[in-house]
Amino acid sequence: METSIYAVVAFYGLAATILGAATMVVFMRNIVHSVLFLAVTFVAMAGLFLSLDADFIAAVQVLVYAGAVCIMIVLGIMVIQRTNMNETNLFNKQILAGAGLTALTVAFGAIFAGRTAWVEMVAADAVPANTVEAIGELLLSKYVIPFEVAALLLLVALVGAIVLARDEEVETNADN
Amino acid sequence: MLTISLTHYVVLSALLFSIGLFGVLTKRNAVAVLICIELMLNAVNINLVAFSKYITPLDFTGQIFSIFVITVAAAEVGVGLAIIIAIYRNRLNVDLDNFNWLKW
Repeated sequence: METSIYAVVAFYGLAATILGAATMVVFMRNIVHSVLFLAVTFVAMAGLFLSLDADFIAAVQVLVYAGAVCIMIVLGIMVIQRTNMNETNLFNKQILAGAGLTALTVAFGAIFAGRTAWVEMVAADAVPANTVEAIGELLLSKYVIPFEVAALLLLVALVGAIVLARDEEVETNADN
Repeated sequence: MLTISLTHYVVLSALLFSIGLFGVLTKRNAVAVLICIELMLNAVNINLVAFSKYITPLDFTGQIFSIFVITVAAAEVGVGLAIIIAIYRNRLNVDLDNFNWLKW
């Protein structure tokens, strides 16, 4: 499959941004800076989805991840961290074991990616230009049950988050 | 010849997943672990969308699956942060090394 020079440059630029920002997320010592780099990772990933002909997923990625999830995590940090933010994101004592297990995961991933015959699986067709329409029809016909279950899951998560994070002292004060 | 094939995306996804896994295993702050789980879920999304483009371009299986992954990830962040806030109320810190209620 031929790829234009722009697609190649875009892929390598976006891949470098994603991996660099993700590394900064892990290695920053201040957790607010980590969340900042997390937002960079998510936006670069939306660009990667655009290069994969998935414009709806790219829009959802920006809205849900770069918008909602990052803001929610920053709000959570503001509730939790009371003193100054320096040295809030340190490593624990398992850093060597963690690095070893990560290296093992990379090695196994490389072995299986190398042994799989990707070329035989690749389809000849191209992705249709209008993806949103196709995804919408599929979600409300073939995948309607998972779609409704996802709605139920979001409702349960909403109620559960409110119940878990609610201040219980309010209740006891009302009883007194 | 310069081409971008499925292998490139699989390798990128594996590297991102490993960075997230490293963070999950070695971070001390509970919120940082939650962030790194998000990185791992996003790596899976790259895989799903790349497979959708290269292997089943007309079925959109991978794209629809990644929509569900994003839904579950958003719900997970909400509930996870609520649990962390509830733990913070009891313990006044979010250091995972101090969470030992289930240890005996």
